[in-house]
Amino acid sequence: MSGVALLVDTVTVEFGSFRAIDMLSLAIDFGEVRAVIGPNGAGKTTLLDVISGITRPKQGRVIFDDLTDIVRSSESAIARAGVRRKFQKPSIFEGLNVRQHIAIGAEGGLRRTLSREKLDDRIGEVLEAVGLAGLANRSASELAHGQKQWLEIGMVLASNPRILMLDEPVAGLTDEETERTVSLVRSLKRADRAIVVVEHDMDFVERIADRVTVLHEGKTLFEGSMANARADERVIDVYLGR
Amino acid sequence: MKSLGSDRPFLILLAVVLAVGLLLAISIAIPFGLSAYLANAIGQLATFAVLALSLDLIWGYLGILSLGHGLFFGIGGYVVAMHLLKHSYEVTGKVPDFMQFMGLKEFPFYWAGFGYSSYALVVTAVVTLLIAGVFGYVSFRSRVGGVYFAIITQALVYVAMLLMFRNDTGFGGNNGMTGFTVMFGWPIGLRGVVIAMAAISVLVLGLTLLGCRVLLESRFGVLMIAARDDEVRLRTLGYDTLLLKLVIWCLCALLAALAGMLYVPQVGIINPRLLSPDLSLEIAVWVAIGGRGHLIGAVIGAVLVNAIKFWLSAAAPELWPFILSGLIVLVALVFPNGLVDLAKFSFVRPMISKRLAETPELR
Repeated sequence: MSGVALLVDTVTVEFGSFRAIDMLSLAIDFGEVRAVIGPNGAGKTTLLDVISGITRPKQGRVIFDDLTDIVRSSESAIARAGVRRKFQKPSIFEGLNVRQHIAIGAEGGLRRTLSREKLDDRIGEVLEAVGLAGLANRSASELAHGQKQWLEIGMVLASNPRILMLDEPVAGLTDEETERTVSLVRSLKRADRAIVVVEHDMDFVERIADRVTVLHEGKTLFEGSMANARADERVIDVYLGR
Repeated sequence: MKSLGSDRPFLILLAVVLAVGLLLAISIAIPFGLSAYLANAIGQLATFAVLALSLDLIWGYLGILSLGHGLFFGIGGYVVAMHLLKHSYEVTGKVPDFMQFMGLKEFPFYWAGFGYSSYALVVTAVVTLLIAGVFGYVSFRSRVGGVYFAIITQALVYVAMLLMFRNDTGFGGNNGMTGFTVMFGWPIGLRGVVIAMAAISVLVLGLTLLGCRVLLESRFGVLMIAARDDEVRLRTLGYDTLLLKLVIWCLCALLAALAGMLYVPQVGIINPRLLSPDLSLEIAVWVAIGGRGHLIGAVIGAVLVNAIKFWLSAAAPELWPFILSGLIVLVALVFPNGLVDLAKFSFVRPMISKRLAETPELR
């Protein structure tokens, strides 16, 4: 299955007089891993905020799967439609244990959506996938930074999202942990899922991304493969450096 | 949260509450046993503990601080007072003093159904749900939270107090309502009746404790803690946190109103001072002193602070504000989790401290 997963159409976001995103248009296909890179303040996180419904754009549309107009939906409705996101700062629930996080992610609504057996199965699968199977009953507050990152990925992954957004998934991780995250993200790639990654670690991006979008001052500076991005004069000037 | 069976401090507290309830129930029947005075004090403490639990539920487990919980306590109190006055009138034929002062020879029409206790219960529930529901919906929908919510709730209880202070409002003005003589057909001052009211209050406390515990262990309780820790995270996982917060807010308002319904018959009077911002602030202080986010903390805090207050208000009333502020400073600086922290020091309670060392979160 292919086709456009997410269509960002001439979106503008302003904070006061500052234009965080400036008439940005972007199409992300199902089946691809798209990295969004760029210098600080380029609008990467703001773009994810718009897609997850946290920030309302001043103008423009965001269409998910040709159906849902994200700009008009609530955050919880967007999430229920299948768009999930890991935040930049690991956002977990300090008062709950690992297993409870995955259960919350898998059910995704005040009403029960899964039978107990199905839920248990799903929790087992997800914990296995993110490598936290041995820590199911550990309190989230006791986890190391890297484990918190994986826990949050597991939480957003548990509902089988069709769009998975990862904001800086390897920030603050050791090389070994980054390595594990690379294989995790690769294993999550599916024909009916689009994965959007915001990251500053260029080696990580090169290893997971099919295409990269370079943002600069709220606009698209470049779109294409990472190898071409590295060779692009403008990208080198504003972001990668010589 | 630990499972109920292995949570020893909680079980101990529940056992103590039920034992006190049983002791009170036995004392109704036998002439020696607890005195009416002591039973009455215990009964009042129990209603304060229910009130504290109601605040702990929304503040400790959902992170929403209400500094206007006295409003719901007051609604329960005023409605039950109306019931008692109407009921007393039906038995004795005497119109309450405040109505005579207003020049009324009989009850105004809107007192019609208040002779029935079940009607009073329904009115309490409806009024509480209406006020809590509308206010909660508007606030949570506009994403009002934190200090702003606390300040608005405080203003709300203040407005209610000013309204009730007016004699024209019709509920006794600044004198309030008193002179309850009959309850369920029994003279209200009778020793057995006094003790029975205390026993019921203690029983309600036990049931509330257990009910809150069951709620917190359920899937809903897990979501409450998730919403407290990171609401945006929970919302972006597909959960409608507005509904979650509104349900718990209404539930805790009902609990506070129930506490008010139990409290007023035992003190024999209600006046607008119950709606003063001080009392509502004090409820938060009880919970903070006992240990926010711990059911046992709320109960211990409410009972301890009020027991000291009862004792001091007779022995040295001028000292009370200083002691209360001292406790607050102590909690803020030394025991951020309230008295529950104290149990961690081995010189205080060795047995419980050992269990606490194993589990950092005691609930």
